[in-house]
Amino acid sequence: MKTATRWFSRNLIRIYAVLGFTYLFIPVLYTFVFSFNNSTKSNLVWRGFTFNNWRNPCGAPDVCNALGNSLKIGLLSTAIATLLGTLIAFAIGRYAFKGRSLVNMLIFLPMATPEIVMGASLLTMFLNFGINPGFATIVIAHVMFCISFVVVTVKARIASLDPRLEQAAMDLYADERETFRRVTLPLLAPGIAGAALLAFSLSFDDFIITNFNSGNVNTFPKFVYISAQRGLPPQANVIGASMFIIALGVVLLGQFVGRRRNGAI
Amino acid sequence: MTDASTSAHGDVILSHLTKSFGDFVAVDDLSLVIPEGSFFALLGPSGCGKTTTLRMIAGLEEPTSGTINIGKTDITYQKPYQRPVNTVFQNYALFPHLSIFENIAFGLRRRGIKDVKEQVDKVLNLVELPHLAERKPNQLSGGQQQRIALARAIVNRPALLLLDEPLGALDLKLRRQMQIELKWIQTEVGLTFVHVTHDQEEAMTMADTIAVMNEGQIEQMGSPADLYDNPETAFVANFLGQSNLIKGLIESSDGGSNIVSIFGHKISMPKSRSHAEDASVLVGVRPEKFRIQPAGTQMSGNILNGGVISDVSYIGVSTQYQVEMPWKQELMVFEQNDDGVPPLSKGDAVTLSWEPIFTFGLDGKEDASAGSEAHPDED
Amino acid sequence: MALVKARLNRKRLWPYILLAPGLIWLMAFFVTPIYQLLTTSTQTPGVNIGDYIQTYRFANFIDAIVGARAQFLRSFEYAFIATALGLLISYPLAYAIAFKSGRWKNTLLVLVVAPFFTSFLLRTVAWQQILGEQGLVIKVLRGVHLLGATGHLTATPFAVVAGLTYNFLPFMTLPLYASLERIDPRTMEASGDLYANAFTTFRKVTLPLSMPGVVAGTLLTFIPAAGDYINAELLGNPSTKMIGNVIDARYLQIVDYPGAAALSFILMVTILVMVMLYIRKAGTEELL
Repeated sequence: MKTATRWFSRNLIRIYAVLGFTYLFIPVLYTFVFSFNNSTKSNLVWRGFTFNNWRNPCGAPDVCNALGNSLKIGLLSTAIATLLGTLIAFAIGRYAFKGRSLVNMLIFLPMATPEIVMGASLLTMFLNFGINPGFATIVIAHVMFCISFVVVTVKARIASLDPRLEQAAMDLYADERETFRRVTLPLLAPGIAGAALLAFSLSFDDFIITNFNSGNVNTFPKFVYISAQRGLPPQANVIGASMFIIALGVVLLGQFVGRRRNGAI
Repeated sequence: MTDASTSAHGDVILSHLTKSFGDFVAVDDLSLVIPEGSFFALLGPSGCGKTTTLRMIAGLEEPTSGTINIGKTDITYQKPYQRPVNTVFQNYALFPHLSIFENIAFGLRRRGIKDVKEQVDKVLNLVELPHLAERKPNQLSGGQQQRIALARAIVNRPALLLLDEPLGALDLKLRRQMQIELKWIQTEVGLTFVHVTHDQEEAMTMADTIAVMNEGQIEQMGSPADLYDNPETAFVANFLGQSNLIKGLIESSDGGSNIVSIFGHKISMPKSRSHAEDASVLVGVRPEKFRIQPAGTQMSGNILNGGVISDVSYIGVSTQYQVEMPWKQELMVFEQNDDGVPPLSKGDAVTLSWEPIFTFGLDGKEDASAGSEAHPDED
Repeated sequence: MALVKARLNRKRLWPYILLAPGLIWLMAFFVTPIYQLLTTSTQTPGVNIGDYIQTYRFANFIDAIVGARAQFLRSFEYAFIATALGLLISYPLAYAIAFKSGRWKNTLLVLVVAPFFTSFLLRTVAWQQILGEQGLVIKVLRGVHLLGATGHLTATPFAVVAGLTYNFLPFMTLPLYASLERIDPRTMEASGDLYANAFTTFRKVTLPLSMPGVVAGTLLTFIPAAGDYINAELLGNPSTKMIGNVIDARYLQIVDYPGAAALSFILMVTILVMVMLYIRKAGTEELL
């Protein structure tokens, strides 16, 4: 009895962690399971196992159009936000300049503003200027809220970069450009890749700001939201589950490559 | 990049080199010649300006004023990658994303050298690590990383190799071994080495010439033996080993010697070893130069009576005594344990003596404790 | 000499060149819209529906807040509870990953972020269905009479708060992990050595050292939770509407732009003030 209590108290934190992870994964598991549900329309009740949904992920009307838009928007926004954010991170991390606190404030504010406020204010501006919301306005909005997260991520990586490595490169006959290309950039690459991954997942997952500024353009989250009212087709679960698997794959691959680069394997 | 400047060679000449950061003067009007092919050490406590000097030579810091020449070439304002100077960085700064081979090849490739593989293999053999070429830096031990950092620099055969506390991160045993190895490699490749350190033992083991730096200036420069045996300032006397400095007055002279009175005792000191400006002098004796005997024993040379042992530390090869003198000064005495006589005990009355030729004299206005606190084993 | 000066000028200009594109983007698509929001908030209806003219009617703010007071307070209440619950759930989780996971550390970290990869909306819909009328949970609860025959789980404040808590959990766990991971475990051992029991060690050493993570995590949870309306929409009922629902409805359904703008502005300023006070109180201004 006593050993049981002792085992319990010693492993309390582990038991807690297992429960925590269970909580985190219940909806994911649900999404996976119901992607195999043999239902044509409403995916609420289990009607038997089928591979049909996976074989034909575009089976439900408009789902692949929405997905395609989300991917296009995600990739474009990620590319722009990563570039702009990385440049800012460099300026903040590497240079002394006047107005630094103002810049920091401008980076911080979008992260401290609720999405609904950003969404509403952007739409207000677009309407005031007579711009019709659509694909371009979605990308504009996504880049805007992704920049800050890119800056924060890349800045941290720059701060942890030992300046002596760049000095060593200069000492070994590499001029400024060569030093940047051969030492600085390769060492920052994991941080920049992480920032890009974050930006993509923020963009791909965004609903609130998108809903305000998308006009008639459908995106995957928008599709889920609208279909949820009348019952979500299982194809949506297929896409959600696939995104989960792909993203997990990318992260694990990234870790593997990272460890190889540092010679741990 | 193989222009005229990279092929510069000759002595390294620093003249009136000054570097200030705001109000703080890190290096103060420093002038110095480092002979070609020598192993030169810049020794001093942290904050003395030695690292700033090194960084200015490397081109990582721009001097406020003054010039740096290698032979006839002025390199003061050249970029780091334009100078024939390479550095072994503190903590090595090996590129973590490149293999050992590529780390060493880095400088050769930037300079467009053809036979990279051959040269890298040669230098890997020199540091005895040819089997590690394909590893990544973080798979190497500290000692191995140190050698690779050295190889990465010397493979370029620079006119000048800078070493910034290169052994600071190694443990004591490895440090000893690397000291010997570094000295051997320097002789082997025949490059000019400038070694920056706060570790006096490291400097004494390796360098032909040591410049002791303090507060941005050079206190004294010379061979390790010169500096130890005949220090010119209290700072050097205390920073390089330990010294007993006793206040005295020069009373008369007797041929090549001064007769100095210290608290009633008359002792003799070679004139050539006195750096006092007037009669007031600090008489210096190294602890191991003292002989120690029970009071009343007949002794020769300079003699100080009336000491009482206040502390004894037995450390194997020698015994260290603290002896309190009648004028309330504690003197340090190191006695070799080579005579089979058991050590003296605390409270024993003793007489100290030493050969006059070991005496050195410092200016009486100096602070006798200068440099003794500035003796950290780490930065 | 002129050359040196030109080089110096270029050097001074560099940071601004790097900053320019990103900052221009933020000025154009964050600051300008907020300004537009502010000007719109004092407009009044014109002749046609959906037309508004600037009349500097600051009373719009009062009308807006009076009309949506309940939802406004509810938003902060729900967000506060969700943040507190999130902290309670995440802290032990982050602690376990940082100190008890050994070589599984990286795997577990990936697992914390992983649920985030299935769409936010899909997960919320999943909760809606798990807890919904046709889900398994409700049948079990009714079966063991923990819930009456007409009792339900969705369309309740409980479900909304649970959804908010769940959806922002990774934002809480990751910063907590990051600051816990930086703590040298020897400081905790030292505390134990100096007569502190496990609880005192946590209170006096671990918790204070992990404060930056606590502050970042609570902010990253509270801010989006207070402005969210998806959870209230999918898991709640008309009496659990939050401020986001009101803004969304006024904007996109009633087309009351000034009212929606005024509410948005009040929400933004309130959150900013709270964030500033919180950061100052927690003494972690370097987060900015």
